[in-house]
Amino acid sequence: MVRFENVGLRYGLGPEVLRDLSFQIEPHSFQFLTGPSGAGKTSLLKLLFLSMRPTRGLITVFHHDIATLDKDELSTLRRRIGIVFQDFRLLDHLSTYENVALPLRVMGQDEASYRNGVVELLHWVGLGDRMGALPPVLSGGEKQRAAIARAVIARPEMLLADEPTGNVDPNLAQRLLRLFVELNKSGTTVVIATHDISLMDQYDARRLVLHEGRLHVYD
Amino acid sequence: MTELQMRPQFMDRELMTPPEMSGLLPRSESPIVPKNSIAGRALVAVVAIMTFLASLTTGGVMLVASSASDWQSDVSREVTIQVKPVDGRDLDADVARTVEIVRAFPGLEDVRPYSKEESAQLLEPWLGSGLAIETLPVPRMIAVRLSSVGIGLGPLRKSLTEQVPAASLDDHRAWVDRMRAMARTTVAGGIGLLILMLTATVMSVIFATRGAMATNRPIVEVLHFTGAKSSFIASQFQRHFLLLGLEGGLIGGGLAMVLFGICGIAAGMSAGTAAGDQVSVLFGSFTLGWVGYLAIAALIGLIAVVAAIASRRTVDRTLQAVE
Repeated sequence: MVRFENVGLRYGLGPEVLRDLSFQIEPHSFQFLTGPSGAGKTSLLKLLFLSMRPTRGLITVFHHDIATLDKDELSTLRRRIGIVFQDFRLLDHLSTYENVALPLRVMGQDEASYRNGVVELLHWVGLGDRMGALPPVLSGGEKQRAAIARAVIARPEMLLADEPTGNVDPNLAQRLLRLFVELNKSGTTVVIATHDISLMDQYDARRLVLHEGRLHVYD
Repeated sequence: MTELQMRPQFMDRELMTPPEMSGLLPRSESPIVPKNSIAGRALVAVVAIMTFLASLTTGGVMLVASSASDWQSDVSREVTIQVKPVDGRDLDADVARTVEIVRAFPGLEDVRPYSKEESAQLLEPWLGSGLAIETLPVPRMIAVRLSSVGIGLGPLRKSLTEQVPAASLDDHRAWVDRMRAMARTTVAGGIGLLILMLTATVMSVIFATRGAMATNRPIVEVLHFTGAKSSFIASQFQRHFLLLGLEGGLIGGGLAMVLFGICGIAAGMSAGTAAGDQVSVLFGSFTLGWVGYLAIAALIGLIAVVAAIASRRTVDRTLQAVE
């Protein structure tokens, strides 16, 4: 599904923040991406999300060499990937329902065609009673669940989550992890970036550990 | 959501919304770009004010240009013939002969000799009433109105010189030249002012649009991350800012149109009064005409398009930064 070969990344003329990354992410797999702060987790997620191109090396996503794709092709490919940001990035002027439905809306789908699916998913993540609420009145956990729902509403083949449990209590963190596991069981490839050891200890999964820009894989 | 297979065994019962708490229907699709943001309102206000000022400048320049053209045309079409009293010649006969020569000349609309009494009236402000004009060597005037500007008066001048030596023709050339120079300077100054005003308006709109766009950067980023193509994102903002620009432009330009309309009506109502006549002399009928209103309408469109283009360019730059 995703293949990195000798990938390096630097910002401007600075030092390489990611060095010689070579690994694969298999379909339907589940992995944690971890490492100390500043190790390059977010940069690697950006590469996985096609939001950046590497300074060197080859990245293949869904059998496409991303160096050969133009902006529109990258956007089309990005629709097959869902992402959950640490800071949620919900649009404050849209209701929870509208935020979750946004990926379908930008694809040009008619509201009637996705309405039931969005409502069903909102119930599934426990936001059935908050569909009309605007993000500023949602709690941290509710925002997190809305962000996750938005990331999965378009049925992505791969889900990336950046510190998805960073802003919630341990109990909700555990429940959110269960949600990711369930999504994985339904066929979605999951990559969770976290430095929460206790979270990783709760589920036996592959670990991609970043340290000083280099990646160590523990299957 | 069939692909997610939200089968009961996959669902987190603890997390799911209890059935008794569901049922709140979400509102239908809101605009992706918020309609009534503070930055959006500020942009409408800036566009309205700048469009109003630019419309006033446009209308003002058009009024001055039109009036200057009318002045020139009026003066250029007037020719004055002066018949001086000369010893040994009959002044009345000279005037009659001159009128006869002039009337025979083609391209003239009206020939009006001033009688003795009228000549006395012309001098009354300086010499007082009850003037015995016969006792003074006062020349007689003949006002000639040409049917169009630019008729060659050389043959007429030659005929007069040959047949009535006491008559001299004044086509006001020096006065017209000075008038033309003044009118051109006034119009050129007005156009310069208009260019400055339009430049200031366009730049204000661009900067105000960029400012409003800065507050929308998170929206651009989220749309980008949700897989929206650049053209989709750009079209959302372009349409939004086109409408904002149009709203501001219609308010400002509309107010300017109403103002010109009121001024035109007021000028029409004051016609016949001393003040009204003075305004009429300076600005003609003080009506902008359909060309003026069309120019203001074009200005409104231009400003709306400028806002749309500025927003599109800002979106493109934001997307480049995000990518």
